[in-house]
Amino acid sequence: MWDSFLLYGLLAGIGIAALAGPLGSFVVWRRMAYFGDTLAHSSLLGVALGLLLQIDLTLAVLVACLILGIMLAALQRSSWLANDTLLGILAHTALSLGLVALAFMDNVRVDLMSYLFGDLLAIQPMDLYWIYGGGLLLLLVLRRYWSQLLSITVSEELARVEGVRVEALKLLLLLMISVLIAVAMKFVGALIITSLLIIPAATARRFSRTPEQMALYAIGLGVLSVLGGLQLSISHDTPAGPSVVVSAASLFLISQLLPKKG
Amino acid sequence: MTKLVELTDVGLTAENTVILERISFALHRGEILTLVGPNGAGKSSLVKLVLKLKVATAGTLWRKSGLRIGYVPQKLHLDPVLPLTVARFLSLAHGRRITVARALAMVGAERLAERAMQALSGGEMQRVLLARALMMEPELLILDEPAQGVDVHGQTELYALIKQISDQLNCGVLMVSHDLHLVMASTHQVICLNQHICCHGEPEHVARHPEFARLFGRPELAQLAVYTHHHDCDDEHHGDVRHVG
Repeated sequence: MWDSFLLYGLLAGIGIAALAGPLGSFVVWRRMAYFGDTLAHSSLLGVALGLLLQIDLTLAVLVACLILGIMLAALQRSSWLANDTLLGILAHTALSLGLVALAFMDNVRVDLMSYLFGDLLAIQPMDLYWIYGGGLLLLLVLRRYWSQLLSITVSEELARVEGVRVEALKLLLLLMISVLIAVAMKFVGALIITSLLIIPAATARRFSRTPEQMALYAIGLGVLSVLGGLQLSISHDTPAGPSVVVSAASLFLISQLLPKKG
Repeated sequence: MTKLVELTDVGLTAENTVILERISFALHRGEILTLVGPNGAGKSSLVKLVLKLKVATAGTLWRKSGLRIGYVPQKLHLDPVLPLTVARFLSLAHGRRITVARALAMVGAERLAERAMQALSGGEMQRVLLARALMMEPELLILDEPAQGVDVHGQTELYALIKQISDQLNCGVLMVSHDLHLVMASTHQVICLNQHICCHGEPEHVARHPEFARLFGRPELAQLAVYTHHHDCDDEHHGDVRHVG
């Protein structure tokens, strides 16, 4: 029953899970869940801009995420507002702005649901290039800076004293998360992509003694969630993105019943 | 002796509040300098200036070029969601020059290598933080209240260990302590700080200095002082006080 479009979906899901494992671990460690949400919401604005300027949508989403990410980093340093308030303002403004902009485009018919919740059937070979090309690049960068990123997560102060370029690395992490959100949006959708980052990582924590273990287990759990979600989607004709999230959440619940390590 | 850092009339002002003013001192290799003072005296701020985590708003701060600093922070807030063993924590040290095993051996904590960071007691945590600071073979070791959350017996041990490490590496030590009497045996110089330097000298002399007694609310100690200076602390420069020591 696995047709070729399903194979594309499966490959896309596995690629995204492989990236979401390590990056999602950082999102969990650094308490950036709401941050990821804000970036994801802004991706809809990217879709609107992409349609308006008639450029590649993945590229447009990527650019929108990157701009918002840089804006966030700058605002966080200068604003008197609490972080969650700031994120709330930006997230929902970006999302609404995207929806309003799309409504203005009479000549464009957009399946809004597919952008908000993902559309498995829409995955094309081109998307796979984005996911695997971008993904390989992300993994290489992540590998190169893994220890330093961990170090600033454990203690920014210690890292700074030891000569780590803390601000640059924080920005790098933000950009990597933006790239992942941009390439994964088509698969899981803007509203629920953050869950694919945090749920497998949160599940993996229970079984890990080192950060590396947690990232690897998160990849495994992410892949399992994708497989389970797609299976559910095929057998019961449920939307793929939410099905993947439901299966990730089920794994999380089951893991809570198992004994904790480390 | 190699000079490691030198502060000349250094000041720090934030939002119109004076945090530190007219701070001058120098620190050399093999020297141990302890900062004491009441809460809010600016001890941590002074440490952060030397670490370049903060920038002075007045005066000049000179640091030997390429100075290798090992830093032991007051506290490490570790989120329980990050799984981390002691060995992995130590291996995160950027620009490390010695092995994890050697750093742990120097602080006598070899048995902690595979323990989870979140499962350490206060005293064990301080030793692990000290081991992390040793990873880059520091020329200058900076410790902010290293004995926090450690029982009295453990505190004496920890200060003795810091002295031993300083001798072994021939490194300078700058540390903050809330209890002068505990560090007396293991420090060469003491600076009593209350936004400015109230007194500066060898530990026995600072302990008997009336300003120290006043700041720490022990007037009876002042009575023991050989020389009693009845001048206002604010008008003092530490250079003047040194003759006491």
